[in-house]
Amino acid sequence: MADGQRIDFRTEPSRYRHWRLAFDGAVATVTMDVDERGGLVPGYELKLNSYDLGVDIELYDAVQRLRFEHPEVRAVVLTGGKEKVFCAGANIRMLAASSHPWKVNFCKFTNETRNGMEDASANSGQTYLAALNGTASGGGYELALACEHIMLVDDRSSAVSLPELPLLGVLPGTGGLTRVVDKRHVRRDLADYFSTRAEGVTGAKAVRWRLVDEAVPRPVWDETVAARAAELAARSNRPAGAQGLELTELTKVRTDENIDYLYVRTQIDHDRGVAEITVLGPETDAPADADADADDVHAQGARFWPLALTRELDDLILDLRTNEPEIGTWVLRTHGDSDRVLAYDALLLENADDWLVKEILLYLGRTLKRLDVTSRSLIALVEPGSCFAGSLLELALAADRSFQLTGVFEELDPDAEPAAITLGRINFGRLPMGNGLSRLATRFYGDDESLAAAANAEGKALGASEAETLGLVTFVPDDIDWDEEVRIAVEERASFSPDALTGLEANYRFAGPETLETKIFGRLSAWQNWIFTRPNASGPDGALRVYGTGKRADFDRKRV
Amino acid sequence: MTTAADYSEKIPNNVELHEDRRLQRALESWQPNFLSWWESMGPTLPTQDVYLRTAVNVGREGWAHFGHVAMRDYRWGIFLAERDPDRRIGFGQHRGEPAWQQVPGEYRADLQRLIVIQGDTEPASVEQQRNLGATAPSLYDLRNLFQVNVEEGRHLWAMVYLLHAHFGRDGREEAELLLHRNSGSLESPRILGAFNEETPDWLSFFMFTYFTDRDGKYQLGTLKESAFDPLSRTCEFMLKEESHHMFVGTTGIDRIVARTAQLMREHETDDVVAYGAIPLNTIQKYLNFHYSVSLDLFGSETSTNVANYFTAGIKGRWAEGRRKDDHRLTDDSFLVDALIDGNVGQTEVAALVGLNTDLRREYIGDCQNGVNRWNRILQEADLPQRLRLPHIAFNRRVGAFSGIEATPEGELVSAEEWERREGEFLPTDVDKTYVRSLMKPVHERGRIAAWIAPPRVGINGRPFEYEYVHLA
Repeated sequence: MADGQRIDFRTEPSRYRHWRLAFDGAVATVTMDVDERGGLVPGYELKLNSYDLGVDIELYDAVQRLRFEHPEVRAVVLTGGKEKVFCAGANIRMLAASSHPWKVNFCKFTNETRNGMEDASANSGQTYLAALNGTASGGGYELALACEHIMLVDDRSSAVSLPELPLLGVLPGTGGLTRVVDKRHVRRDLADYFSTRAEGVTGAKAVRWRLVDEAVPRPVWDETVAARAAELAARSNRPAGAQGLELTELTKVRTDENIDYLYVRTQIDHDRGVAEITVLGPETDAPADADADADDVHAQGARFWPLALTRELDDLILDLRTNEPEIGTWVLRTHGDSDRVLAYDALLLENADDWLVKEILLYLGRTLKRLDVTSRSLIALVEPGSCFAGSLLELALAADRSFQLTGVFEELDPDAEPAAITLGRINFGRLPMGNGLSRLATRFYGDDESLAAAANAEGKALGASEAETLGLVTFVPDDIDWDEEVRIAVEERASFSPDALTGLEANYRFAGPETLETKIFGRLSAWQNWIFTRPNASGPDGALRVYGTGKRADFDRKRV
Repeated sequence: MTTAADYSEKIPNNVELHEDRRLQRALESWQPNFLSWWESMGPTLPTQDVYLRTAVNVGREGWAHFGHVAMRDYRWGIFLAERDPDRRIGFGQHRGEPAWQQVPGEYRADLQRLIVIQGDTEPASVEQQRNLGATAPSLYDLRNLFQVNVEEGRHLWAMVYLLHAHFGRDGREEAELLLHRNSGSLESPRILGAFNEETPDWLSFFMFTYFTDRDGKYQLGTLKESAFDPLSRTCEFMLKEESHHMFVGTTGIDRIVARTAQLMREHETDDVVAYGAIPLNTIQKYLNFHYSVSLDLFGSETSTNVANYFTAGIKGRWAEGRRKDDHRLTDDSFLVDALIDGNVGQTEVAALVGLNTDLRREYIGDCQNGVNRWNRILQEADLPQRLRLPHIAFNRRVGAFSGIEATPEGELVSAEEWERREGEFLPTDVDKTYVRSLMKPVHERGRIAAWIAPPRVGINGRPFEYEYVHLA
């Protein structure tokens, strides 16, 4: 992809085309007012507050900034800037014209943003309230479902609906079906009826069926929304008088072959289909004297290593996923001082009650989850000089396979310290996966003995054979075998069917219990992605393709 | 620390072993296991030394280096044919690209599997033949047996070299397993069925080296075409040695036929049993057996695996370079043997899936040459009898004809009839017992058993009477 066509996920409020942010004490209002002509690519108009990836990139940015830059905000009102309609969901013409990989990647990102909103409500003391001042259909209603509280204007015409199935022959792809029953506890038969009824459900019935929390008459709409927002804000434990930090623009150098930030370096090998990602540990010691505390973190702001690194990783994942679909294997390395990494982790854990520190931990958690649901093969290489310790060890634990060098590279640096990995306290539950378990607990699911053995090894620099014995790495070749073993593993991976690999990895990465998130990324997305590729949706006479042409979809009636 | 010189001394090679730490370490741990395998599974007859050819180089001089050596001091070497730096892939979807010097990750599993299967057959025949030394008809033959054995051992080395040098830890584990599977073992038999039968007598040995080793020749010939250059070069050199094994088989059967023909003429009888020789009919039955079993080694008439191997460039056709087609075969068709309405016939398939049949046909043509040669001996003795290759459907257990029974002439018969007449076609217990009864060792120099004629010439210009083996 040429430079001009790459999607950049970096933005900030002054550049928004589709959203307005307003602040009133503890309440922020995020108003969706999509610029019809502001589509990311030509070929469609974003009518009726429908959205595309560009709209969602801005929403994601807004959600992030609210958390980091506005500690004073305790409730977020999400509302629409158009008459009669809150949001019509993802733009259909955009979907119909998009390639399958684009659709899937787009849905994944929107899902992640919605999960992030729920994370803010649940863990940040920043509760989202959907103020549906008009009809919310499809993705618009799904956006509302990601909020803690849903208000629908009761004007006898505004409705909530999931019309994907009857109108488009696909599913609501961003968590709608799951959230309706799992989160809002709508009865399944009513949910079934609701999801086949294109016009949706209005007012009191929507409340009765639990599709929304309240239906509010138009005359008292504004004051009721304000009152509800104030109530939700009052539940927050955000500190008073805290100072936000500025999420300054990331320093990023992007070429066809490289994506470089301060702490993350990436080389893209298009011939092999491989991205070699190196994460750099902290350049300086963590503030570690006896009275080191959250103030030091606040003082460093966006330069604070864990935050800076997380932002870079986040941007990198999104960039690679969106712009480099043919780079199917990501090779993960780290470089730096493990003790420093662990010291930064300790600083975070000891000050986890501080709002900013908490936000950093939550953000790191979300970013690692992003890695978990990334449809790329992840291979971690633990070499001398690496710092797979604590939080950074999560990268190796997120990988599908890992290699740790036994000994050192005799010819490169015979005096190097052999590669080691170190478990830290942070690995035991502070950075959970979508299934609610730590990556370690998921790795050793049903094997308490191995998990306990890992716990006993906390804090110890583990050489290759110890790490292998503990089941923390997959292979431990020595320097004589290293190059060949790694080369062959990567080449072989690249030769397999990318679709089958995506399925394989998604199945093995998420052992253990189902949660809302795993259902959305597993069950719902898998079904949706299958339906997307079927002729009944995307064939020449499929429902998605003929929508808006006046033609009727011609279905192959066989049930599969 | 072992010095570089030591390596080329202990393990003659042209792969620059002294520079390759990985290979050195791999072979260091493998070699003792190989030697203990040789001690426990190799030839049982104790010898002081044997007049053997040792390859010390791939050149004309180097590969035929003769001398008396104690068997356990035999220097198993690693030799690849000279590298052609401009070599290009000759077939399949990568045709025209430079040959691979490294294993492409994409084809790791397939290449490793092919090498393991090939490697598994090499030590298997040593195991199958381990007791034959005790019944050798002459020192000359005894020496040939040992030569075949050490070279099969070297071929194992060649395959192990590839596994060690190119397949990482997996490859080393597979190399180890090559020594742990044993011919005829119940727990861990050799991979291919034909290599789990003991070679009970010298007639079987000669038949084996003629027919079954010839299968090996054709398999090596297809691997010689491989895009994976180290495999190609290894097989090219192995083919040279393999042709000696077939020489042992060809001339062995020559000499048995000549001896039988001589006695038939002298005594004007077909029944040479009275004179301690092997009747032509028995020779034919052994031939029937070994030929048909070897045909099975080529697998089913059609194979998608082999089609994939071809397209990938990892296994070609016999004499690929001499074929006059596009070397991709994506649009070609091919007639393969098939059972049509219960009768032997042919059916058209995509050329790519018919490659097993193609290779088997090349093999059959080659086998016929030996038969013609033996028939010339009969002709020169003015005898009317002739040996012949049995029909392709005869005694097959693999492929299209595995479900039917056919006589050596190709006449389809019922299972009952087959069972009744089997003794006409294949060696019976009586035949085998008789052949075994002839297997008395003749270990005095210059002498030979009564059932086989002496060779016309000895080894390396030495006379037949030469002391090829010093027994312990």
